[in-house]
Amino acid sequence: MIITSWYLALSAVLFSIGVIGVLTRKNAIVILMSVEIMLNAVNLTLVSFSAEMGDVHGQIIVFFSLCVAAAEVAVGLAIIIAIYRNNLTVDISKINLLRW
Amino acid sequence: MVENILNSIGHFYPEISIVVTLCVVIIADLLLKRENHTISWIFLAGLTVTGLLVLQQTGLNTSIFHDMAAVDPFAVFFKVILIIASLFIVLFSINSRELDPYKSRLGEYYMLIAGMILGMFLMVGSTNLLLIYLAFEMTSICSYVLAGFTKRALKSAEGSIKYIMYGAVSSGIMLYGISLLIGITAATDIYGVNASLAAGIDQPMILYIAILMIIVGIGFKIAVVPFHFWAPDVYEGAPITITAFLAVASKIAAVALMIRLFKVSFMDTASVQIIGDWPIFEGLNWNMLLAFMAALAMIAGNLTALKQDNIKRMLAYSSIAHAGYILMGFVVLTDEGITAIMIYVFMYLFMNLGAFYVAMLFSNKLNTESIEKYKGLGFRAPMECIAMTVFLIALTGLPPTAGFIAKLYIFGAAISAGWIWLVLIAGITTVISLFYYIRVVKNMFFFKSDGISEPLVFDAGSKVILFMLLIPVLLFGIYFTPIIEFARYSLKMFGM
Repeated sequence: MIITSWYLALSAVLFSIGVIGVLTRKNAIVILMSVEIMLNAVNLTLVSFSAEMGDVHGQIIVFFSLCVAAAEVAVGLAIIIAIYRNNLTVDISKINLLRW
Repeated sequence: MVENILNSIGHFYPEISIVVTLCVVIIADLLLKRENHTISWIFLAGLTVTGLLVLQQTGLNTSIFHDMAAVDPFAVFFKVILIIASLFIVLFSINSRELDPYKSRLGEYYMLIAGMILGMFLMVGSTNLLLIYLAFEMTSICSYVLAGFTKRALKSAEGSIKYIMYGAVSSGIMLYGISLLIGITAATDIYGVNASLAAGIDQPMILYIAILMIIVGIGFKIAVVPFHFWAPDVYEGAPITITAFLAVASKIAAVALMIRLFKVSFMDTASVQIIGDWPIFEGLNWNMLLAFMAALAMIAGNLTALKQDNIKRMLAYSSIAHAGYILMGFVVLTDEGITAIMIYVFMYLFMNLGAFYVAMLFSNKLNTESIEKYKGLGFRAPMECIAMTVFLIALTGLPPTAGFIAKLYIFGAAISAGWIWLVLIAGITTVISLFYYIRVVKNMFFFKSDGISEPLVFDAGSKVILFMLLIPVLLFGIYFTPIIEFARYSLKMFGM
């Protein structure tokens, strides 16, 4: 039996990987993927707390969080397509019309 | 079980009415001709019905759907503000020339606005961490699309992608905070969170991290320093109607969400000594953190606004500064502070919408948002320019406008709670803000227009809307007792 702290540690590591990905990558699609890693890390936390405490609230939240993540990615990809049509690139360091 | 749900539906009519409006807009979009603004009027009617249903809720103080959301005077106050803002935004959209090339997609536009209003209604009422997150995301996802609505404009698409990047990351961080909070308190509704915090927890460090992460998410939505980087870009890129909506409605809804979440969950209700004062849990000084954020917002917002040329961008920085003033009323942790915030957001609604509206009128006629191009406009469109002057003076906080009353109450609440350093910063930054607001007025009135001098003609409809914004700003500067009474009455939160 693996104790809950290991799951929490894993999810913290995953979350950090996601944050680092968002901060360092330039490709908009990769950034969205990093956000997905962050959200999945959260899901892991919720599920492991829920299993530890033996109530289902955490798992119910995971379902909602999955749906929201899917919606967010759908909108995100649509906006990336709009950007690509305008700029012919998805490199966010080249999308710099608005600054200061 | 079933009784509770049936009773709850009776208190859920405004939200249901918004959903019905959303569906009607989609169907009307399929059936009607798309050349005229029929769909706008349908949406306006739907909003009016929703507004009447909200007004019917005055005086209720109850919890619905098994502590999912609360219908209390606090929520009703903010719903009234949100509905007023939405009504004005629809009127703005009818007058906006910027949206004309996208007329065939107006159905989508109003559908997304309806979704945003639903999200904001749930935000001001929700008392459950899950519903808080869902309402938050509902508002965010709709506003990502709306910010990029004029997608063929390069700036709009760019603003939109910046918005979704910042938004997705900060809502992910907030959700992580929520999951940690659920983990250490074993409760999903905020009353349960409060109860288990009062009973004492053995992992205070994780609680601090969780609170910090939740502040990141809410701070993003309020656009307070240091989570404000998206705001100027999105405000500049988005169509001006949506900019106004983001600057007013979504900010106010997030403030309401923050007040309810923090007041109900992180207050030590057992040890209240003075009525109207709220003690926080020992060693949990989140209000100091918020105070520093407020100070930073006031300084950074006002200083950066000084050198902006785009009117939307200038108003974006000014709205960051206003977020700082609003937070100032919250960190003092008294009922007086919350009353001041409510008065502030009510006044802020009219004056900020007014400034955006005049900017939109000028952008319709002159096709420019640059403050430099406003030179000599005072002689070409005197009435609009005088109105703009009044709105900007109100945003600065000078008498006899509504903005003065708003600032007076916020500063008063902070002084009487002993936050002198914060009030000093607020006072100094208010003086700084005068410079950039007055620059617009100076450009309008103290320069001769180069060459072109024929007057700009605006139709009667747009003048009526202007007066609908101008009259409250002037009236509430002199006759503000009803607003203060309304705010005092609306302090009551369910379960407090």
